[in-house]
Amino acid sequence: MIPELGQVALILALSLALVQATLPIAGAALQRADWMALARPTAIGQFVFVGLAFGVLATAFLGDDFSVLYVAMHSNSALPSLYKFTAVWGGHEGSLLLWLMILATWTMLVAVASRSLPEELAARVLGVLGIVSVGLLLFTLLTSNPFERLFPAAFDGNDLNPLLQDPAMAIHPPILYTGYVGFAVPFAFAVAALLSSRLNKDWARWTRPWAISAWMFLTVGIALGSWWAYYELGWGGWWFWDPVENASFMPWLAGTALLHSLAVTERRGIFKSWTILLAIMAFSLSLLGTFLTRSGVLISVHSFASDPARGLFILALISTISGGALVLYALRAGRMGAEGGFRLVSRESFLLLNNILLVVAVAAVLFGTLYPLFLDALDLGKISVGPPYFNTVFLIPTLPLVLFMGAGMHATWKSMSGETLARKLVIPAGVAVLLGVLVPWIIFRGASVLTMVGVSLGFWVIGAALLEPVQRMLASNHAATVLSRAQWGMTLAHLGVGIFILGATITSSYNIETDRSVRPGDRWEVGGYEFVFRGTRDFDGVNYSAVEGEFEVRRNGSLVTIMTPEKRIYRVQRSPMTEAAIDAGWSRDLFVALGEPLGDGAWSVRVQVKPLIRFIWLGALIMAFGGLLAATDPRYRRRKVAHEARVGAGASPESV
Amino acid sequence: MTPRRQRMLLIGLVIAGVGVSAGLALRAFQENLLFFFSPSQVVAGEAPDNRTFRLGGMVVEESLQREPGSLTLNFVITDYVNSLPVRYTGVLPDLFGEGQGVVVRGRLVSDGGFLAEEVLAKHDENYMSPEVADALARAAEAGAK
Amino acid sequence: MWRFLLPIGILVIIVGFFARGLTLNPGYVPSPLIGKPAPQYELPRLKDLSASVGSESYAGQVALVNVWATWCIECRHEHPFLIELSRSGGVPIYGLNWNDDRDTALAWLDTLGDPYVASAFDPTGEVAIDWGVYAAPETFLIGRDGTVLYKHISPMTPEVWAREFLPRIEAECGELPCSPLPDER
Repeated sequence: MIPELGQVALILALSLALVQATLPIAGAALQRADWMALARPTAIGQFVFVGLAFGVLATAFLGDDFSVLYVAMHSNSALPSLYKFTAVWGGHEGSLLLWLMILATWTMLVAVASRSLPEELAARVLGVLGIVSVGLLLFTLLTSNPFERLFPAAFDGNDLNPLLQDPAMAIHPPILYTGYVGFAVPFAFAVAALLSSRLNKDWARWTRPWAISAWMFLTVGIALGSWWAYYELGWGGWWFWDPVENASFMPWLAGTALLHSLAVTERRGIFKSWTILLAIMAFSLSLLGTFLTRSGVLISVHSFASDPARGLFILALISTISGGALVLYALRAGRMGAEGGFRLVSRESFLLLNNILLVVAVAAVLFGTLYPLFLDALDLGKISVGPPYFNTVFLIPTLPLVLFMGAGMHATWKSMSGETLARKLVIPAGVAVLLGVLVPWIIFRGASVLTMVGVSLGFWVIGAALLEPVQRMLASNHAATVLSRAQWGMTLAHLGVGIFILGATITSSYNIETDRSVRPGDRWEVGGYEFVFRGTRDFDGVNYSAVEGEFEVRRNGSLVTIMTPEKRIYRVQRSPMTEAAIDAGWSRDLFVALGEPLGDGAWSVRVQVKPLIRFIWLGALIMAFGGLLAATDPRYRRRKVAHEARVGAGASPESV
Repeated sequence: MTPRRQRMLLIGLVIAGVGVSAGLALRAFQENLLFFFSPSQVVAGEAPDNRTFRLGGMVVEESLQREPGSLTLNFVITDYVNSLPVRYTGVLPDLFGEGQGVVVRGRLVSDGGFLAEEVLAKHDENYMSPEVADALARAAEAGAK
Repeated sequence: MWRFLLPIGILVIIVGFFARGLTLNPGYVPSPLIGKPAPQYELPRLKDLSASVGSESYAGQVALVNVWATWCIECRHEHPFLIELSRSGGVPIYGLNWNDDRDTALAWLDTLGDPYVASAFDPTGEVAIDWGVYAAPETFLIGRDGTVLYKHISPMTPEVWAREFLPRIEAECGELPCSPLPDER
């Protein structure tokens, strides 16, 4: 299959996207049904052609076509087939094509689901998605063409960066991008609302499942990235406040605020401008994240090759797309409708606080991530902002946020008596504080104030999330139906947050990291485990040669496991890679990595005991699962809102 | 308390909270800015002697010395005009080696050397960090005068 | 009303800084050598280690010094254009083979053609370091008096040649081919 076919497919996709981006929106403004009707077929057509282009590139990789420059740069004939496929997104051009593919998929899904939307709204939403597609397609075709040829063809390729030759790497970018890019849909809905100067509860109900779905994928994507960095980068860390990590975290924070704001808009028809702004913010941060990682402006572990022309193009893209949306916002948001009333103690109040605190968190992370760039722009030097800044500054809005989260779950809409709320929560609060003090002291024999606060907050959220469901289940015969699916979703999502907080607090407070030099036969103790170094052996892998160390781990005399970390040298790029050995467990991870040979058979090794670290990713997965439940609540699939009917049928008065 | 007073109190608390947070944040920020210096800049006295900063350059060939039986390493970082001895205890990242570019984070010690807390590795196609390359070129140019 | 203008205001500020930041792209540290004399060097020739090539070889002429290596795929990308330049560009191209394996490098030039008057063999990269090289390919434009007139990082293309190199060469010589300076040494 000739690579040029891929390029042609992209050009065809672009022409369809141009139609999709212009006529439907014009049609909605001019009330021309025939133009509006173009939205769906052009969106689906674009999906077909982008898919074709993606398929062509994948075939080039799997077929070892080294006449394609991009394939020659990122693949090799000795590369295992799975990685030949994942190498498609191993570099800049291919990952852009993946971005396009995912955008086209979301667009196609919206097109299919749009049959239950009013024609004007559907036309505008698909139109806005078309605009984004046009921007990205132009970017790809003009500056980052993955189908460029290499004449004469290379004999063999440059191989994929060994860091990327890993199963988690296979799914991390696609899932992350699905989340990232997915925020284009609520963005499109928001801009559509601004274009029509109308926004009501129905709009919120239609937008919500898309926002939750994108958020869900982003949650999993970030968790995967963290987990992958943990076992692949060799140092046992799980979050580094790296600019690229921040680039995906900021949309997540904004997206979380968006989800909650949508709940208020759907339920009470207020917070309209907040919701629109958050939708624009979430996707803009996604675009910004793309800019940060693609333009080389901030150099970090993930950055692809830098090229100022590309950076300027993305900047123009952001200016047009986000700037355009924000200008519309400035002009029209004021007309969106009166903000309804609510008292100081009410669900709305807590959700407003939620919005504000999350936005503050985004601002704090954004500032720390961008500051080095700003200084550079003013020629004031090259600096970097370290993790301690982020750790401190991030906690400032999030500690109160978590506190309010527990209470907010139990607040009723419009107004509530503070006393009632307090009475409801006094027991979970008390239990949380008690556990927060006891658990660290009893299990770990010592705790700092911050640790106790963190553990208390974790238990607080868990308790608050489970309070209502447990009470209802105990009072009912049919445990599963005491809550609607959306409410179960909320419960699980918040439960996930609590579990995450427990994991993050405990592992940060009680993580034991040791570096030492060891000889075969040495035994030593770390965190209650006895380690014995048995020595090393050499062996060859498919495209690397390696030294493997063997470590025996015992606890109270009995064997726990044998751990075999490796040090690999990948033959083509001649780069060394540390493959740490991890013994995973719910209560703790054991982590062993080989350093370097010190002579005489001695090696430097890194041994770590990390309590409760799995809770971090478990918490994230539970959060995501909660999102899945919430997004698939049957009420989103009904054409008409039967709101009163549901309430009448005995469903909980506090629907989410 | 009247609702109006309630609201005023709330607003006052919020402002106070924001003020305190902003202050804490700024302090955290200032303390965690890491500046980059080359060996020549350190020798010229431009680097702080009581703060952590980053130092970059090339690892001098044959300068790597391990203290026997321990994880402590001594090596020399240079920009080919000036050099600085560095001491580091711990496991080294994969891309560290003699004759390679390196960036370390740490602080100056009283004997004029550099105590590294962290040795930073770069996992990209370039062989050395642009900051290091720039530092080397500037030093070479200054040295040629 | 003003609170609705705040978001777009913030975006404008951020985009402004980015635009400025890109023109100072930290990945493309502008060479501190531009406008200064190029570092002097003398290295064995790649094709004949007993002979040498260096800054003396092109003293008094306008020359290109191109840093290349076989492990650098982008170098392969620019190679055909370098061959073309060597035939019709009017400026001699000197290679600096950086951190490379000699046999592989020789095989490369054999198969793909050799645009260089001569390539200097710099396996340890010591000369490249003097030149501030941190990525391949890089191409330097050296003036007749040995000053570094321009440095281009990433592959040489016809556009870069026309936009960045030709104007500077013409400013130096008035026309191509450049006549060498009389030997005043």
